[in-house]
Amino acid sequence: MALTDAESTKLEKQAEKIRETIITMLVSAGSGHTAGPLGMADIFTAFYFHILKHDAKHPEWSKRDRLILSNGHIVPVCYAAMAHAGYFPIDECRTLRKFGSRLQGHPERLLLPGLETTSGPLGEGLSQAAGMAYAFRMDGMKQRVYCVMSDGEQEEGNIWEAVMFAGKHKLHNLTAVMDRNNIQIDGMTEEVMPLEPIADKYRAFNWHVIEVNGNDIPAFIAAVGEAQAVHEKPTIIIAHTIPGKGVPDIEFDYHWHGKPPTKEEGKRFLKEIRTMRGKVPHEYA
Amino acid sequence: MLNKDAHLSVKVFADDIPAAPTRDGFGTGAVEAGKADPRVVVLCADLSESTRAEWFEKEFPERFIEMGVAEQNMATVASGMAAAGKIPFTASYAVFNPGRNYEQIRTTIAINQMPVKICGMHAGVSVGPDGATHQMLEDIGMMRMLPHMTVIAPGDAEEARKAVVAAAATTTPVYLRFGRTATPTFTTPATPFQIGKALLLWDCEHPQLALISTGSLSYQALQAARALAEDGVDSVVLHVPTIKPLDTEAVLAAARQAGRVITVEEHQAAGGFGSAVTEFLAEHHPVPVKILGVRDQFGQSGIPEELLAHYGLDARSIEAAARAFITKNI
Repeated sequence: MALTDAESTKLEKQAEKIRETIITMLVSAGSGHTAGPLGMADIFTAFYFHILKHDAKHPEWSKRDRLILSNGHIVPVCYAAMAHAGYFPIDECRTLRKFGSRLQGHPERLLLPGLETTSGPLGEGLSQAAGMAYAFRMDGMKQRVYCVMSDGEQEEGNIWEAVMFAGKHKLHNLTAVMDRNNIQIDGMTEEVMPLEPIADKYRAFNWHVIEVNGNDIPAFIAAVGEAQAVHEKPTIIIAHTIPGKGVPDIEFDYHWHGKPPTKEEGKRFLKEIRTMRGKVPHEYA
Repeated sequence: MLNKDAHLSVKVFADDIPAAPTRDGFGTGAVEAGKADPRVVVLCADLSESTRAEWFEKEFPERFIEMGVAEQNMATVASGMAAAGKIPFTASYAVFNPGRNYEQIRTTIAINQMPVKICGMHAGVSVGPDGATHQMLEDIGMMRMLPHMTVIAPGDAEEARKAVVAAAATTTPVYLRFGRTATPTFTTPATPFQIGKALLLWDCEHPQLALISTGSLSYQALQAARALAEDGVDSVVLHVPTIKPLDTEAVLAAARQAGRVITVEEHQAAGGFGSAVTEFLAEHHPVPVKILGVRDQFGQSGIPEELLAHYGLDARSIEAAARAFITKNI
């Protein structure tokens, strides 16, 4: 599954386009979360443009891999990736959070083909993914189930019920991805409610654990490849990401967890993304 | 007089009428549904004997999933399994399922419209000695407020069996409510059952009162109607196993005919079945209504019979309430 340099560069450029769309849609919406979606743009690019077996024109294809978004508040990155992958027109992203839009503030499965579940309330995606993985295994189906979670939602008890369940049943067709960006609404996770040693906790529950730089697309894809090769356990990829990645003004700042950029900030952020933080000139910047 | 079209048990008023808990109907119904459809699976949270989920487990061990004491996970795993093509039944006590996992049900089953069948056992005060923590009295209200949710409280074990089989065949989320204690099996295999349809148990030409009841207390309502009739007070008894969607046609007909309604349920008087009936009648055919249920308190330990009597829900209490309602309008 190793990428060529050309493939890596192509995916990285795709991720920048997705970041631009995220900023544009959040400015248009006037509310929503900024840091998480920007931090996860690389991982969602990797999923929708390399890892997932899916068909944007036939979202109900029964043999597709399933990607469950558990922390529904980062859905702008999911919408942006889906739009760029061809599920719906990119222009529709501007309807985010607007009355009548299919792009609800938190994802609603029945409104937008391609969404695998409804989420927002935290701690519930891993269980649903485990249920799918269990059912697919019952039926001898070979597709894989991925679940993207936040680190803050590890504080939910439901997560650990799911972790026990998947560990007991050795659901090797299940791969969880934790966005380890260290922030949540009220501050840093280790101050709000310490999670560490989070990797050891998962190991203790009989999971295979991989830690990776979540903003390094080739490294993340290699981690997913490793997860696919593990046949005795479910795998969690603890993806260390930079919240707000791509916009130096807001990187690592938890205040950006739950608010959108203003129009002026949006302009500045887009410039920072398009010029790769001022390093290169850009005709539209 | 008994409604002949209901095909009730020939022993309906006999002292030796057979009795079984409605949870037994879950056990037999789940096995029947499992035979009819290989997609049916049963998830249980460490209560497989008392929920009767083990009857399914014995028949279909590969389709039974032991969840441990983890009701939140049970609801959400079931949602995921439904998304992958299964028809999951989740079984635990109603205080936990849907009491403990309500938000999981709301988000991942109701909003998602997943065909999960949520089975809450040990509902009502007739749980008996376990006391208030295990006597669920708020579940009908919680579940009937959820959009997309069907809510069923079967009247006896036979009807419970039919309800489980019918629920498995629907593509919607369903909440089914069962009791712990053996109650009279007053219906028969010939008794009609259809989700969304009420069943007239007791009929007369000029009723002074309509007793509209759900769950196993419908048998108590029937006994009360018989005692009232012997005393010259005529009534009809409408058994309403499907609380949502409500059989508004049958409720309206009973209210029009009698002009006065008493509702009966083993649940809080606020927000439950009586509220559902009253909401409908207030908008479409306002008549005086008396709601018999538990009045803003929790249950307590005791034997089922004394608890039903204490909370005014056994046949004698219903009869007394009916007399007071008719004569003094209280």
